[in-house]
Amino acid sequence: MSTTTTASPNEAKLWGGGKSPFNLEYGKVMMWYFLMSDAFTFGAFLISYGTVRFSTNGWPDSNEVFRSFPFAPEGVHAPLVFVSIMTFILIVSSVTMVLAVHAGHNMDKKGVVRNMILTIIGGIAFLSCQAWEWNHLFHEGAWWGSNPFLNADGTASSTNFTNFFFTITGFHGFHVFSGVVINIIMLIMTLMDKFEQRGHYLMIEKAGLYWHFVDLVWVFVFTIFYLL
Amino acid sequence: MSHSHNADANHEASNAAAMAEIKKVTILLSVLTVIELILGFWMIGISSAALRLAIKGVIVILMMAKAFYIVAYFMHLKHEVKNMIMTIIVPLSLFIWFIAAFLWDGSSFRNLRNTYNPYFKEQAGIKVEKKEAEHGAATHGAAKHEAVKHEAGATEAKETPAEKH
Repeated sequence: MSTTTTASPNEAKLWGGGKSPFNLEYGKVMMWYFLMSDAFTFGAFLISYGTVRFSTNGWPDSNEVFRSFPFAPEGVHAPLVFVSIMTFILIVSSVTMVLAVHAGHNMDKKGVVRNMILTIIGGIAFLSCQAWEWNHLFHEGAWWGSNPFLNADGTASSTNFTNFFFTITGFHGFHVFSGVVINIIMLIMTLMDKFEQRGHYLMIEKAGLYWHFVDLVWVFVFTIFYLL
Repeated sequence: MSHSHNADANHEASNAAAMAEIKKVTILLSVLTVIELILGFWMIGISSAALRLAIKGVIVILMMAKAFYIVAYFMHLKHEVKNMIMTIIVPLSLFIWFIAAFLWDGSSFRNLRNTYNPYFKEQAGIKVEKKEAEHGAATHGAAKHEAVKHEAGATEAKETPAEKH
């Protein structure tokens, strides 16, 4: 806010040191740039998936491949149901993360702890869902280099579909896993009063940026693999 | 950070505003996801390629809207200094070229192979016998398979004498 008044007349002074031109702490700026590079990594994965799909005549029907549900009888046909639960788990855990950041603004340690615990539970729930889905697909014969599914038009399919699926959801799942680990570290640091001593909860905000990015990537992965 | 510099009343007001914003964005994201899922379910029974493409277009737009709300509000980018926003958004605009060029390349490669590679073209017309028993296809009925066949019908009408007629 205060930067708008000084922006144009003292341009040199703004960048001359002594104040923060972006009005952001160094670590947060660097987290943004890391996330930008990570966005290009995920972008490259998803765009290569698109390129290969566009260059192929047939492609498996995602509603046929992702049609099962835990504890459901064999052969059940419930497309999109399980993945919509996973999506909502991640959205809810993103919301609890925002609430943790918000509590951190107010120096409300209790609020931070409560919401961090909820976020961690959400992350673990998502990972469990993904583990179940991978396990299920593996037992149907799908893995890197092996694709038991036919194309939607009944023609033979290549292994491109499973290769991309396991690589991209695996890379995303690894991000979720590291996000959970980071969140657990943040929770421990909060419980040890580290942030109370520092006088600010900026670390929670940085972990929050990472966690929201994980949710953001899932928006794309979910849409591209399960809906399109 | 910016909360600390003013009076208590001001702090309370911005606090309430922030909570209202979180609530609003949460509801928006949920509604957009539900619409996406409804479109996804609706698409299962649709065989018209043009309509499917239109629905996919809508889903992509909804996806971009969700991405915007997460980045702008949950990641707080909308409330940062303009220069900061630009250092993130301007490099990401590379994606416009990235997506357009590579999808175009993929589709061009398919056209070239369908034109000049008879084997590639032939493979797209050969159906594999589906092992019905293994997939428990009986439970989800013939209607679905019917739809799938119709969709495929355009490309390989000559190969499939539809069982029904």
